[in-house]
Amino acid sequence: MIALGVESTADNLGIGIVSSGKKVLANIIDVHIPEKGGIHPREAARHHSDEMGNAVRRALDTAGVSVDEIDIIAFAQGPGLGPCLRTGATSARALAAYLGKPLVGVNHCVAHVEVGRMATGAEDPLTLYVSGGNTIVSGYESGRYRIFGETLDIAVGNCLDSFAREAGLEYPGGPDIERKAAAGKNLIPLPYTVKGMDLSYSGLLTAITVELHSGRHTIEDLCYSIQETAYAMLGEVTERALAHTGKPELLLTGGVAANKRLAGIVRDIAGEHGAEPHVVPIRLAADNGAMIAWTGLIAYQAGHVTPLDASHVNPSWRMDQVEIPWRE
Amino acid sequence: MERVIAKGAEADLVLREWNGLKALSKIRRPKGYRHPELDSRLRRSRTKAEADSIHRAKLSGVPTPLLYHVDPDNAVIVMEYIDGVKVRDAVDGLTDEERRELFTRIGGYAGRLHGAGIIHGDLTTSNILKQGDRLVFIDFGLAEVSTEVEKRGVDLNLMNRMLTSTHYRHQEELLAAFVEGYRETLGAEAEEALTRMEEVAKRGRYIEKN
Repeated sequence: MIALGVESTADNLGIGIVSSGKKVLANIIDVHIPEKGGIHPREAARHHSDEMGNAVRRALDTAGVSVDEIDIIAFAQGPGLGPCLRTGATSARALAAYLGKPLVGVNHCVAHVEVGRMATGAEDPLTLYVSGGNTIVSGYESGRYRIFGETLDIAVGNCLDSFAREAGLEYPGGPDIERKAAAGKNLIPLPYTVKGMDLSYSGLLTAITVELHSGRHTIEDLCYSIQETAYAMLGEVTERALAHTGKPELLLTGGVAANKRLAGIVRDIAGEHGAEPHVVPIRLAADNGAMIAWTGLIAYQAGHVTPLDASHVNPSWRMDQVEIPWRE
Repeated sequence: MERVIAKGAEADLVLREWNGLKALSKIRRPKGYRHPELDSRLRRSRTKAEADSIHRAKLSGVPTPLLYHVDPDNAVIVMEYIDGVKVRDAVDGLTDEERRELFTRIGGYAGRLHGAGIIHGDLTTSNILKQGDRLVFIDFGLAEVSTEVEKRGVDLNLMNRMLTSTHYRHQEELLAAFVEGYRETLGAEAEEALTRMEEVAKRGRYIEKN
């Protein structure tokens, strides 16, 4: 069985083609880079709509399959930016209707977890999912991915990206911050906000911005300090959730999983608690269509389809609202 | 004679002797994944904050373990070892009358804590010990100083959630007894906090919102 997945929750337009043998046949990602500032939902949506045809064609060419060989069309139904989601959903509906294939709506956050499990072989991990839009610690428990901890305001990737933009670094911020942090020496005291298993990044962003404009620190020290502080917070809530759930594996997934320092922290914590560490491979870390295709495929095999009149997007769809029949 | 009796994500609890007394050391071990400066700053400030809250609670009339020694540099608190049972485990062995009386007292202590500007942060029946007739509040590791209605509401909701999940057989009567005691000691400010408790509960993730 072969699934085509459409990902368009934010600035990435992704078309992935995946087979039931866990083979990623194509994973085309076309990033919308704003001329200035952060993501403008309407402009990102326009980019996705302009590039949709190309991306689908490139994915089919790369996979070497014809449209007739596609069995289902999966799409990210939420959470995400409304205009971007609607562009993807509209295209997916059109493809499904035109080709006469079943449509499967997928939760974007669940897809990050599932593609991590698929690629690493993790079976029942506690998952730290970190990206530009989400920061969630979750684990499977009786039919759902339960959320043990999450950000109370902005996502960790959002904090890093906003700082990078303010400091004139490259976009997205993570890789450039990591490079500069490697040469940092002094740790600037910054707000460290952990509340039980939840965390908050808005105060950290405000404080690092003030330090940046104070002119008292090198850019290397600033990058080093925001990175050490932001990731230590993730480490603490992850460790607490791991101790609480006693899960045998720890999985790091999402765009920020590409960061080596964070991956190191996750390995340390897993080792401390006798859990097996897993990190999603880089090509499947950022928002992509393959994760949507794969999750759509296993959901379909568990009997799930999305009828047209239930295919409207849900920009604030929590991952713990989704039933996970394929793991029972 | 030292024996680790609990290993949490936050700290280890070690049973030991302190000048001939049975004592408990709460040790916040260094976290290897954290920058050493950040790590010692956090362990130091949390140790001080916890000791401070235990002390403040005592001043407000809520029994807490005696502090024998506080060592912020090494993130260690040495305190009285309370040889009691968790209220969580004691509830089912009590008569209806005793149970109600117990929770009125617990509510009264919670009201005193909040009245003194202390938010416990993990207010559950696992963190209250019963030693004969004496009740002792423990684990102030998540405590903070605040008189915000929101934080009081969250604290109360933790207790209510514990009653619903663990003491579900007696949830209604125990909550009523708790609230009675809470009102008695906190006075007029109690109403706002109790209303907020109900609002906080409705924010939960699997709650039917009728």
